[in-house]
Amino acid sequence: MSKSGPSKPGALMATDGPPHRTIEIAVAIACLIFAVITILGSLQVGIGWGAEGPQSGFFPFYIGLIVLGSSLVNLRHAWALDPTPLFANWGQLGQVLAVVIPTTVYVLVLPYTGIYLASMVLIAGFMIWLGGYRWTLSAAIGIAIPVAIYLMFEKWFLVPLPKGPIEDWLGL
Amino acid sequence: MLEDIGNLFHGFAVVIQPLNILLMVIGILLGVIIGVLPGLGGANGIAILLPLTFSMSPTSAIIMLSCIYWGALFGGAITSVLFNIPGEPWSVATTFDGYPMAQQGKAGEALTAAFTSSFVGALFAVIVITLVAPLVASFALEFGPAEKFSVFFLAFCSFIGMGKEPPFKTLASMMIGFALAAVGLDSVTGSLRLTFGFTELLNGFDFLIAVIGLFGIGEILLTMEEGLSFKGKAAGINPRVVLETWKELPRYWAVSIRSCLIGCWMGISPAGATPASFMSYGIAKRISKRGDNFGRGEIEGVVAPETAAHAAGTSALLPMLSLGVPGSPTAAVLLGGLLIWGLQPGPLLFVEQKDFVWGLIASMYLGNLVGLLIVLTCVPLFAAILRIPFSIIAPIILVICAIGAYTVHNSSFDVVLMMVFGVVGYAMKKTGYPLAPMVLAIVLGDKAEEAFRQSLLASGGKLGIFFSNGLVGTIMVLGLIALFWGVIAKGWSRLRRVPHAA
Repeated sequence: MSKSGPSKPGALMATDGPPHRTIEIAVAIACLIFAVITILGSLQVGIGWGAEGPQSGFFPFYIGLIVLGSSLVNLRHAWALDPTPLFANWGQLGQVLAVVIPTTVYVLVLPYTGIYLASMVLIAGFMIWLGGYRWTLSAAIGIAIPVAIYLMFEKWFLVPLPKGPIEDWLGL
Repeated sequence: MLEDIGNLFHGFAVVIQPLNILLMVIGILLGVIIGVLPGLGGANGIAILLPLTFSMSPTSAIIMLSCIYWGALFGGAITSVLFNIPGEPWSVATTFDGYPMAQQGKAGEALTAAFTSSFVGALFAVIVITLVAPLVASFALEFGPAEKFSVFFLAFCSFIGMGKEPPFKTLASMMIGFALAAVGLDSVTGSLRLTFGFTELLNGFDFLIAVIGLFGIGEILLTMEEGLSFKGKAAGINPRVVLETWKELPRYWAVSIRSCLIGCWMGISPAGATPASFMSYGIAKRISKRGDNFGRGEIEGVVAPETAAHAAGTSALLPMLSLGVPGSPTAAVLLGGLLIWGLQPGPLLFVEQKDFVWGLIASMYLGNLVGLLIVLTCVPLFAAILRIPFSIIAPIILVICAIGAYTVHNSSFDVVLMMVFGVVGYAMKKTGYPLAPMVLAIVLGDKAEEAFRQSLLASGGKLGIFFSNGLVGTIMVLGLIALFWGVIAKGWSRLRRVPHAA
């Protein structure tokens, strides 16, 4: 599609990347860790039989056991996979990170800057850096969309969205 | 039966109020746009728009939301035929013959066939709902906790046995959903669990956040990775093409009926629209006289998957309405909506909320008709939306997802959670873990657990209660058959092959 994100030597990007097998194993292990956390948490609140029948941890405990068991099977399958196919090449993963990193920053600063300012920066920034658009068009769309959202949510449907210092200063 | 028809007409009277018709048109338009855009689909599109309906009456709200769903089902076909990009997973099979037709300059025929067969599939499913749902509901009124649990059991087992993903991945994904549903306040004993001292987790994980993250953000990340460039075929639909295609379509009545049946079956048992469309395409290819031509632009290859996908997508609402068990993630989101509007989904709905249920069913008839007219007339407009470059669409969709996640509970923490679900969803999709069972488990986890614990309480902890009478025993056995379906089917084909070989 558009210009690529982080600049890396092109020849290396297309053929190199993490093997699919590694990611499969990582996902299975993540499920295992999740299962152990669930089981420990269930043990904390009791998995036996209480005054009101099964205790709070009863159901999640067995759920945790099933996750544990099925993840072990998945892990064994993942282990047997051919290690040559790639999960994605570094160039593709760079594209993914080019969305993940700004969006993560966006959701983390939301409570402090308000949704409108953060959205303007996200949309305009995305268009300039990843889309290669001129800053005039980017700024225009970056401002128009949040304004449209403001009118639709706050005025029409009366749903308040998080606001920051700028909106306070404008008295909105 | 007669009473039901009377109720249906009453429902039509509710639906044709001007406001509701307006909402219907808005819903269809939004739905098609959602279906056309990458990263927005039926499930997360409805999840994002759900908060906007909190102030409406439940009937108006469900009319708008269900019309978004029909619109999204229609929209998937546009991108498949014109751009060879399935806007929704259930329209993947439509690309096999739809895009070749567009390449041959027959985009208009392909789209007309797709829309019309979608409409036929949906209409068939709505008729099934009209006739069957009240019966199922009155039957289900007698259900005790053990029967309720057995229905959940059947629904979840069919996912594992009938899905095309590896069964243990489906199982892991589903059970993680159940565990996430268990976090927070335990509704039976009132004690906290699995929060590990984080106050943010007091209320547990809301499935709407999971849907927006898993489907919305996850999809954007996938699209980024594939580096999509939209190179579409021109869409020329004019009344002459439509009429000529309509003249040709009745020839495919056998395919239509078969696809309707496959779709309804797959939609009611929660296998969903996607496998239904593939199965229908596969069977049509095997049976049709022109089967060899499938994949090179055969109109029958467009009719089969589209009919089945719409029949499945629509009939997924049958168990949601009559049993409170949604047949698809989108139906699950609609079910979440019912809970938020203060309605209890399930058999009692047919007794206590007649206006609502029959209004919804009537809106299914009208909504699909209005949808057909809108998509036939507005194709160029929707195709133009797809030509907007992804680097403009993507950040806007991200912002819309964030707003949707925030407005569910007015919580900024939910937005962060959405992002986490997004990255998890990307990893799961890439590694072949299905997302739908996880979402359904998050929605139904509390109810399934409650039914399970109440049953055990009644029996004093013996699992025998799930086989204690004919009804619950039958449903449980059906569940077990569904669970081991893969193994059974393999054994069966081996048994049949042996005499041939000998």
